[in-house]
Amino acid sequence: MIVPRSLAKPTFGPAAIRTGVYHVAVIAFAFVMLYPLLWMVASSFKVSDEIFSNVTSLIPHRFTLDNYVQGWAGFGGIPFVTFFRNSLIYSVAGTLLAVSASALTAYGFARLNFAGRRFWFVMMLMTLMLPIQVTVIPEYILFSKLGLLNTFWPLLLPRIGGQAFFIFLLMQFIRGIPRELDDAAAIDGCGQFGIFWRIIVPLISPAVMTAAIFSFYFTWGDFLHPLIYLNDPRLYTISVALRTYSDPAGVSNWGAIFAMASLALLPVFAVFIFFQRYLVEGISTAGLSGR
Amino acid sequence: MARVTEVGASGEIALEVRPRARSVPTARQRAWRRNLTGYLFIAPWLFAFLSFTAIPISASAFLAFTNYNVLSSSLNWIAFDNFSTMYQDQRFWRAVRATFLYAFTAVPLKLIFALGLAMLLNNARRGVYAYRAAYYAPSIVGASVAVAVVWREMFGKQGPINGVLGALGLPVTAWLGDPATAIWTVILLAVWEFGSPMLIFLAGLRQIPQEFYEAAAIDGAGVWRRFRSITLPLLTPLIFFNLVLQMIFGFTVFTAPFIISGGSGAPLDSVLLYSLYLYQKGFRDFQMGYAAAMAWVLLLVVACFTALIFRSSSSWVHYEADTEARQ
Repeated sequence: MIVPRSLAKPTFGPAAIRTGVYHVAVIAFAFVMLYPLLWMVASSFKVSDEIFSNVTSLIPHRFTLDNYVQGWAGFGGIPFVTFFRNSLIYSVAGTLLAVSASALTAYGFARLNFAGRRFWFVMMLMTLMLPIQVTVIPEYILFSKLGLLNTFWPLLLPRIGGQAFFIFLLMQFIRGIPRELDDAAAIDGCGQFGIFWRIIVPLISPAVMTAAIFSFYFTWGDFLHPLIYLNDPRLYTISVALRTYSDPAGVSNWGAIFAMASLALLPVFAVFIFFQRYLVEGISTAGLSGR
Repeated sequence: MARVTEVGASGEIALEVRPRARSVPTARQRAWRRNLTGYLFIAPWLFAFLSFTAIPISASAFLAFTNYNVLSSSLNWIAFDNFSTMYQDQRFWRAVRATFLYAFTAVPLKLIFALGLAMLLNNARRGVYAYRAAYYAPSIVGASVAVAVVWREMFGKQGPINGVLGALGLPVTAWLGDPATAIWTVILLAVWEFGSPMLIFLAGLRQIPQEFYEAAAIDGAGVWRRFRSITLPLLTPLIFFNLVLQMIFGFTVFTAPFIISGGSGAPLDSVLLYSLYLYQKGFRDFQMGYAAAMAWVLLLVVACFTALIFRSSSSWVHYEADTEARQ
């Protein structure tokens, strides 16, 4: 019988001091960790000449929203909302494709028995470790021969196969569902797709959420693919737009850049705050990571 | 049953519907149906795998022996010329050196921070969830262009890092202008994103039965001893997992060096990480053959390191935790 330490702890004395030191240290380090993000947001509310003169401060001398107004008006004659919309198209369509295909594939690998299953499963696992650099060049040549440069097709088409990470994550969840449920549904007249759609999908919906969130993160932050496939500024996603218009040689309006950088991260943090639970689940069951 | 049969008319469901009225299918028919159903489910994946992974990898292998240029469409078989050019290419070797420096410092540092903070946050104190969220936050945005842009300005001559150093009376320096320091800003950005492996370690720490520590404490084991003999061995499967993943990320990082060096790898190619140089060759100079050769070298190096980690794992990764951990 072990008494939990928290119950045995006196309110004052060395333990309380230790607790105090712990919180101070952890908060101080958390502040250091978050400083770059806080600095970005603070700079977005400073007037332009204050950003690098009152550089370390997180509190603007003179609070302004001008940067957001100017940033939102856009860069190079294109309103920022265009970039925002492009990013949204890419990440929402990409996520829908990747997650639904991943769920179908995961069900196939986890539940169905077919010739060659093991072979394809091993292939799928190997793509987990494949650097994209090996495929990106022939892919680019393929899409340029098909005349699909400067469209969203090269970004979306490769996602119709799902993503190995998500397939693996969803398989782990499907394996945890008792097969008796499948059998019961089959007796009731469900085909394999019926079992998948009516039994499995509702049960793995938390994992599907997890996959969807990470997929959204990966596509929202993706830089390499939009960079090589989209040359028309009207098609730029936020990441490419930020890169193009933040070139140190050409930037005059840093405030607007910081404002738009903050806006670019806003959806990411909103998803983080609302769906934290799913994130943590995904990381601890399949080792999905933020990058 | 009638309802289901109707659904079946529209798609793959029909394959598994077994109308009782019809004759019982033979074993061969059943096997065929089973295979067809399986392949229908993995069809989207299989299509994408073949068109966007398997065929491109093979195409890469072929291109590596050509001088293919996507603009001029010239395509000649040049055997091993790309590889001998690479061998003499100064920038290639600088990229290799920078990438090794990056991967071999960023990955261990990141994992050390991840494990340290996971242990520090593995308790039920008040506010610990908020702390975990705060330490994890950089991970979800760290790979973005927005953060890389911010990072570059943080370490700029007039940036807040120099601002703080100046205020403390310490010498300020041009972090991004000096080849000795520029790469370390990129490494620091990677280490800053230790949140994901940290959460993986936290999940692992929670699996370790508390009794192990209590028994060890009764036997007189100190904090360090408990860490060395309980925590570390039981976490080795996760250390292994994180090491493999982060190593692959480390060898292929692109966005941060691209943004921080303005796409050039400057100063003096010190931030010219491998993927960045590959990008320059393939998509700026359009020397696709050379870039494909570089990609294959990268694939082989990553495969070697992964194999090395897998091979060595039998001597340092302990899996007995699975059988010993009681619920």
